[in-house]
This record gives sequence, structure tokens and C-alpha cells, in this order.
Amino acid sequence: MNQKRKECVAMLLAGGQGSRLYALTKSTAKPAVTFGGKYRIIDFPLSNCINSGIDTVGVLTQYQPLVLNDYVGNGLPWDLDRTYGGVKILPPYQGQKKADWYKGTANAIYQNLAFINQYDPEYVVILSGDHIYRMDYAAMLRYHKKKDAACTIAVLEVPLKEASRFGILTTHDDGQIYKFTEKPKEPDSTKASMGIYIFNKKALEQYLIADEADENSSNDFGKNIIPTMLAAGERMFAYPFEGYWKDVGTIDSLWEANMDLLGEDPEFSMNDETKGKIYSRSSVSPPQFVGNGAVISNSIITEGCKIDGTVINSVLSHGVTVEAGAVVKDSVIMANTYIGKDVKVDYSILDENITIGNGATIGESKDTAKGIAVIGNGINVDAGATVEAGAMIQD
Amino acid sequence: MNAIGLIFSNIHDYVVPELTRRRAIASIPFGGRYRMIDFELSNMVNSDITKVGVITNYNYQSLMDHIGTGKDWDLARRSGGIKLLPPFVSAYDSAKSESLNTARLELLKGAVNFIERSKEEYVVMTDCDRVCTMDYQKLVDKHIESRADITIVTHRKKVTEEGIGKEILIDADMLGRIEDISEHTAADDGYHNVSMNIFVMKRLYLLNIIRDAIAHGLKSFYHDIIAKNLMHSEYYIYNFDGYLATVNSLPSFFAANMDLLKPETRAELFEVPYHPVYTKVRSSAPTKYRAGATVSNSLIADGCVIEGTVENSIIFRGVTVAKGAVIKNSIIMQDSIISKDVTLNCVIADKNSVIREGRNLSGHETLPFFIDKGAII
Repeated sequence: MNQKRKECVAMLLAGGQGSRLYALTKSTAKPAVTFGGKYRIIDFPLSNCINSGIDTVGVLTQYQPLVLNDYVGNGLPWDLDRTYGGVKILPPYQGQKKADWYKGTANAIYQNLAFINQYDPEYVVILSGDHIYRMDYAAMLRYHKKKDAACTIAVLEVPLKEASRFGILTTHDDGQIYKFTEKPKEPDSTKASMGIYIFNKKALEQYLIADEADENSSNDFGKNIIPTMLAAGERMFAYPFEGYWKDVGTIDSLWEANMDLLGEDPEFSMNDETKGKIYSRSSVSPPQFVGNGAVISNSIITEGCKIDGTVINSVLSHGVTVEAGAVVKDSVIMANTYIGKDVKVDYSILDENITIGNGATIGESKDTAKGIAVIGNGINVDAGATVEAGAMIQD
Repeated sequence: MNAIGLIFSNIHDYVVPELTRRRAIASIPFGGRYRMIDFELSNMVNSDITKVGVITNYNYQSLMDHIGTGKDWDLARRSGGIKLLPPFVSAYDSAKSESLNTARLELLKGAVNFIERSKEEYVVMTDCDRVCTMDYQKLVDKHIESRADITIVTHRKKVTEEGIGKEILIDADMLGRIEDISEHTAADDGYHNVSMNIFVMKRLYLLNIIRDAIAHGLKSFYHDIIAKNLMHSEYYIYNFDGYLATVNSLPSFFAANMDLLKPETRAELFEVPYHPVYTKVRSSAPTKYRAGATVSNSLIADGCVIEGTVENSIIFRGVTVAKGAVIKNSIIMQDSIISKDVTLNCVIADKNSVIREGRNLSGHETLPFFIDKGAII
């Protein structure tokens, strides 16, 4: 190896189906789901990587990788188009002896140990493509080194009543983990694992190989690798993260996370570049045009949109058209969707490339609706049609 | 396509001195997120011209910064791609005489090496003082079909006083063969074919012109080359009748921007199938409209935060419009800050300008109030 080694390589688990996003992930992997107007979920971990000085990222894909592969491409938007390192897509592959899908998160990394070893790194960061957050992985790595840990897990303080939804870590005062329980019925700590791990590469390799040999293992970090390492008495630490972090694995949480961007003092702001810019692939569209009769309030709108109607408390992706008389309220509208004249869209998520015919009604007011109306990619809704609150429309 | 592109980035600098004090005309911001050269580069890339030389003269730092490696136009290529061609000093000795009609040949002398080393058969040569969407493949096809030595693209229009001394008028016969060529003077009125300064010719033909110009001390491309050889050469026009905005003064720059508020202009510039207009990607966040924002008939780029009122205006990337501010009929460039209760009408605010609380500035569309780059008012 002539080129210099990389101290730290990131592995991004992006193969998840995201089945609880239903129509939105029918033909797209979850990390490629649109968020915040011009982003996709994967922009967050990728931007965090480059902002943390990590320039080598393996993206493990499996479920519906077309959009994701196309989006990540050569990594140019994140400055990850490198001669050495950069971003690499790692799909499951056929080996000499066997061909396997990724059986679990740990197995996915195991199958790509060769990729990691090319760079001879000291440390490996494991990330997932499910969360909206800004984080400095470099600070976490410094913590990992300072604690001389074999593995460091990023943790977030969660309310006690919600703790049973997470993997909960119990630690000594110095942050050393002595107990890990996946989704405990009676949690004894409020430190929830964020699914972000830093491993010493040597330890990681050793445990992955052992785990692979164990036929009873489900080859999962949370279920197998972490408990096994704890049981073996490895030095494992919890790295406390403070800030905005949101799992966008469900329709409700995806909607909420989009709404978190709005308001006078938003919980999470994309405009605040001092905290690290989030990069995304450009849509190459002209600026948005706001017409004469338009009313826009408390909303996020991006390039290529044409607004002649009313947009309130909503997030619009590029190329969205809102015709005159239409009212879009408390909704998330994804790229290139067309909203016809006098359409009412309320408390809804509309995927990309949808056409809503004139006068149609989608969803109902947040105050009375029983749920968010969701329409999947490429659907045409006829003029005058009604899509009820909480409906899930897909092909 | 079997052609290289050559773009003159400076030739018309003197026509909008306000905007070109610190930059070439090619890098004048336009239309919310673009620079003038973006339309030219996009025309070339979308017509499959993937080897482009950008001839620069002075003030080209902002242009270099904008172009970078050329990857945003897909022109970062191992073979071809974009090349900046700064003056080649030994061949370039008349920086002082930069009038429209002598600069072109002088600058070409500096680009001889680039032209010589290319292998493509044709050259498409353009300036950066106009905004249009054109398919150069059709232009080159027409050039080949007519067996012209040089094809000049023209736009037929009623000439106005504004173009005096800035435009070249071309007379052609029914078939388009050029019969006469002249500068626009006060005596001209009515409809004319006005040169768009887009030329097509064989690469070797251009090289011969340049060598001849060096050998015989020729100065003007139009007067010493085209006009002199009209009789025994085949020079043709190619009439372009799509949307065209020419920037040859501050009011025309203002008007060209305001034109973008018309849907038919946007359709012709931005909504042509398979003809995206590329620009440097800035990765700004989407624009945020706060409660209380009132926006109508305006073009708004990404990265803005708008809390005030914006009417009939072009707002570039990263502009802040505070509560109570009212912007009408104005062009506010990148990263400018419009503070509380400011009132602007017919203003062009260059990049990074700051308008402090309560200021009230107004110009007229024939004489927009211009605020220099980085100025604080």
C-alpha cells in the first residue's frame, strides 16, 4: 500500500427497508427518503462525516438501492469524491464459496472487512442512515481515545417513559458501560444508544469473525456484538450526545422532524451553517418563483418551485408547483409534485412526482384528523377526488 | 460535438462599469443564482461541446472562483473540459485599447495555443453579455449545410439608442449571405439584424485569421476581417428568434432580470427539455419564510430567510429580509442583509451589502439605485 493509511473509516448502514414508512419506501431505501426540502436522510451522516474530517465512507446498501446509488454517486456533493478513500457503495456480493445477502448489521460489516482493511484504519465508525442530526464524530473519536476504549457508543438522554423503545446503556460515573439492554421493559437508565459506534478496528474484526462463526447469532450489533463484548469485559464507554437527534423511521416522526425545522426558534435549523453545513446533491433548478396571489407563511421552500397558492407551515422540495387557489397546510411535499388549482392539502405527506388534480382534497385539519394522509411516488389523484385523513395511497 | 467552445469573458466589461469594477462581465450575478457565463456554459454543455476555453483578460478572480474545476457544468474532464485562458503576455500587448472591436483579435492571439492543440473541426465563439438558450448543434449543422466560412448569429430587432456604439448591425441577402456589416450609429433606426457575437467557423479557418492578423497587424475582427473579406468569402448569418436579453447597461441588466418574472421568459430560459441551466452549487439550505412574510411576483433563490415584504424582485442566495422591510422592483444579490423596516424600490444591491435599519432607498427603472459590493448603508 503506497498511499497513507486512514486513521478512521466510517461504515454507513444504508440497507434498511424502513418498512414503517410504507408508501415512501416502496421503491426507495429509507436513507434516500426526502427530508427538509432539499435533503435526503443520508445527507446527514455523510455531511457529518466530512465535517468531522472523515473522508472514507463505505455505504452498505441492500434494499432498493437504485435511487440511493444514483444519489450518492461519486460523492461529489459531500466532497467525498476522492482519489484515495471517498465514498464507496458496498452492495452484497458473490464470493468464491458463497453468496449472501447481508444477514444483519454485523454481518454487513463482516462481509466488508476487506474494504476496511484496504485503508488499514485504527478506528471504525459505524453509522446508520435513519437519523436527522448534526454531530462531530471527531469529538467522539477523541473521547474514545481518551478513554482508551475498545468500543464507544453515542448515547442520548431520553425521558424514562420512552426508554423502553431504545437500547439502554447503564454506565458507571466515568461513562464506562456495564450493562446493555435492548428495549428493556423496566429501564434502569435513560441513556439510549443512538446506533453510532466507534470501534478499535482490531477488536471489531475479532468480534465480527467470532460472531460469524456462531450459527445461533442473528449477526446484529445491538443484539450480539455489543452484549458479547460487554460479557468479555472489554472497555466500553458511552459518549453523551447533546443536541437534536431524531429517528425518522415512521410517518409520524418523519412529519414531526420536518415540522421541527419551522417556527421562530426551530429545534433544528438548516440555515445555521456555523454548526456545520449539511450538503446535498443539487437539483439544477432555477430559483423558486412566487406568484402574485401567493401567500406563504412559516414554510421552507426550495429551488424550482412555483407557488401561486397558499403554503402554511409546510416543507416543499424542489420543483413543486402549487397552483392558484390551492392551500397547502401542515404538510410535507416532495420533489416535482404538482398541486392543481383549488386543491386542499392538509396534514399530509406527498412523495415525489405526484399530480393532484384541480379541486381535490387531501387529508384534513391536524386538529381533527385521525392521522397523516400519505401518497406514494408517482400517483395521480383525479380532479375533485378526496383522499381521507390517515390514508396511505400507493400503487 | 466536433467543436470546441471559446468564451470571451471580458469583452463587454465597460458597458456595465458598476457591476464590473471587481469582476468580468462573465461573472456578473444574474437571475437569483446564476452568473452571466452560466447561460453560455450551459448552452455549450447541453449542445455537447465539452471542451471550452474561457478567454480572460483582467479581473478574473471572481470568475475563477465561480468556475472552479468546472465540475458543476460537468466540465471537469480528463480530456477536454474547461480551461481558463488568461492573457498570454508575450502575444498580448494592447491592454490599453480594449474597445469592443479591437479586443477580440488581441485576445484570440493569446488563445492560439489552445486552439492549435485542439483536434475538433469547428469552433463556436461567444461572449457573455447576453442571456439566451440556444442549441449550438443546430447552429453548427446549419453552418455546415450553408458551406459558410463563418456564420454569425444575429437577432432581428428594432434598434434603440442604447445600442449605439455597442452593437454591430449586419445586412444579409435572402439566403443569409452577409452583404454589409457596420457599427450601430445614431443614424440607424428601424429593424436590423444585430450581431449576437456568436461565431462558428472551422478551427483551422480561425487559426488562419489569427495568424494573418498577427502578420499584418490587423486589429478589428469585424472591420479588418469580416468587412474586408465580404466579397470573396462566404459569411452567413444565422437568425436566432428565441428569448434574448442583452446586458449593455445597468438599466438593461435591471430589465433583463425583471424579465424573469414573466412566465414566458422563464419557460424559454429554464424550462426547455433537456436543457438545464447549470451554476456553481452552493449547498445553501432551502429558503425559509417566517410568519409575517409577504412575497409576490418574485424569484427567490435558496438560503434566504424572509420575514418582510418582497414584491416584483429578484432575491439571490442567502439574503436576509427582516421584519417590516419592504423590497419592491429590486435585485438583491447574494448574502445581502436587508434590516428591519428598510424600504427599497428599484435598487440593485450587489453582493454582501448591508442595509441598516429603517433606510429608505429608491431609484427608477431607467436609473436603478446601485449599491456597491459589500457596501454598508
